[in-house]
Amino acid sequence: MSVPGPSFRECLRRSGFFPFRAAAVKILQLNITRRCNLRCRHCHVEAGPEQGRQMNDAVLEKCLEVAALPAITTLDVTGGAPELHPRFRELVARLATLGKRLLVRTNLVVLQEPEFADLVEFYARHRVELVASLPDARGERTDRLRGAGVFAAIIAVMRRLNAQGYGRPGSGLVLDLVHNPVGAYLPGEQGDLEADYRRVLAEQHGVEFNQLFCLTNCPVGRYLEYLQSSGNLGDYMLALQAAYNPAAAGRAMCRETISVGPDGTLYDCDFNQMLALPVAGSAPVDIFSFDHRVLAGREIVVANHCFACTAGAGSSCQGATLPTADQQKAAAK
Amino acid sequence: MADDYYEKKDLQDFPRIAEQAPEQGRAFFDYYAKATAPGALSAREKALIALAVATVRHCPYCIDAYTNKCLSLGLTGDEMLEAIHVGAAMVAGDTLAHATQVRKILRQKEM
Repeated sequence: MSVPGPSFRECLRRSGFFPFRAAAVKILQLNITRRCNLRCRHCHVEAGPEQGRQMNDAVLEKCLEVAALPAITTLDVTGGAPELHPRFRELVARLATLGKRLLVRTNLVVLQEPEFADLVEFYARHRVELVASLPDARGERTDRLRGAGVFAAIIAVMRRLNAQGYGRPGSGLVLDLVHNPVGAYLPGEQGDLEADYRRVLAEQHGVEFNQLFCLTNCPVGRYLEYLQSSGNLGDYMLALQAAYNPAAAGRAMCRETISVGPDGTLYDCDFNQMLALPVAGSAPVDIFSFDHRVLAGREIVVANHCFACTAGAGSSCQGATLPTADQQKAAAK
Repeated sequence: MADDYYEKKDLQDFPRIAEQAPEQGRAFFDYYAKATAPGALSAREKALIALAVATVRHCPYCIDAYTNKCLSLGLTGDEMLEAIHVGAAMVAGDTLAHATQVRKILRQKEM
């Protein structure tokens, strides 16, 4: 994917970040299935009900072994809808025994299905942090992106999660939401959007959450198809390029993450996974040859899609990577 | 030749206008940043004001920039159009307010 001005690689070079190297491997992100009960228009994984790829037993067992390494501090389970993996409950229960930060990226809607109704209590019992996509605090945009009725389903599940303690102050049960733009534009300031979400969701629906993570849509997968078919790709890439922020490059999530595909291949991030760009150079390329020391200093594979994670305040699976204006004010005090 | 005017890409040059008359250019950008930053008014309120002014002033660059900004801030199409109607109503109002001048002259001149 070309851009008229300097490439991502060139931008990194100009800001003293090339070659772009990992600083550690603290986050192990496991993409255990591409199957999903939804088929969202922005999904970079192109997940859907028809997708069959999922992590096999051998890969899963090896991931559990790697997850136990002391250097790994955060375990991040994603998909597709990870709940649809046949060994999901067992995996989560075993990961939870490691006593590390454990996140599951859930679409929430799946928890409405009768066979997954027990998961609200299951998640609470295992102290799992939930990260759920909610592109907009208003139903119309969310349904446009994720399908009719999705917003109402999410609100219904959020009520059950709130009743269980999720998103409630002092409960220690974390429910974070993910905002991403519903179209070809960049997200606004995370603090402003979080305040808007909090107000709208409380006033109109009586539901609570902990934090809002703002994600910049990465031009990969279905979102790339949308940009191309709508004639927005050129302008979108220019907007990402113009918003390149060297400070965000320094704090990019890939510098502390390894992403594992369903077949055990190792990637620098979920986006590279979708682009079939495994970790480069001398670093081990699958979970069976996982070498923490080598991976922690590896050179990261970059291309122009990486502009999405370095735009403005930065973007990662945990939202902006640079402090919001409110956080800056609090720090100054 | 006319095709060369008002191209979208021209806006990319805007941040560089301070290459000439740098003192004034920097003063403008400092002022612009302060004026549009959240203060007693929120970022969303200021973006809607800017969008209304952009349409009233017929600035294609500002309309593009502030429609995107409003989207980024989570504003809806209805909210944006309401802001533009305020601008349009103000334009209609200030046009019609000048009718008072016409009426004043009519009163002076007509027998």
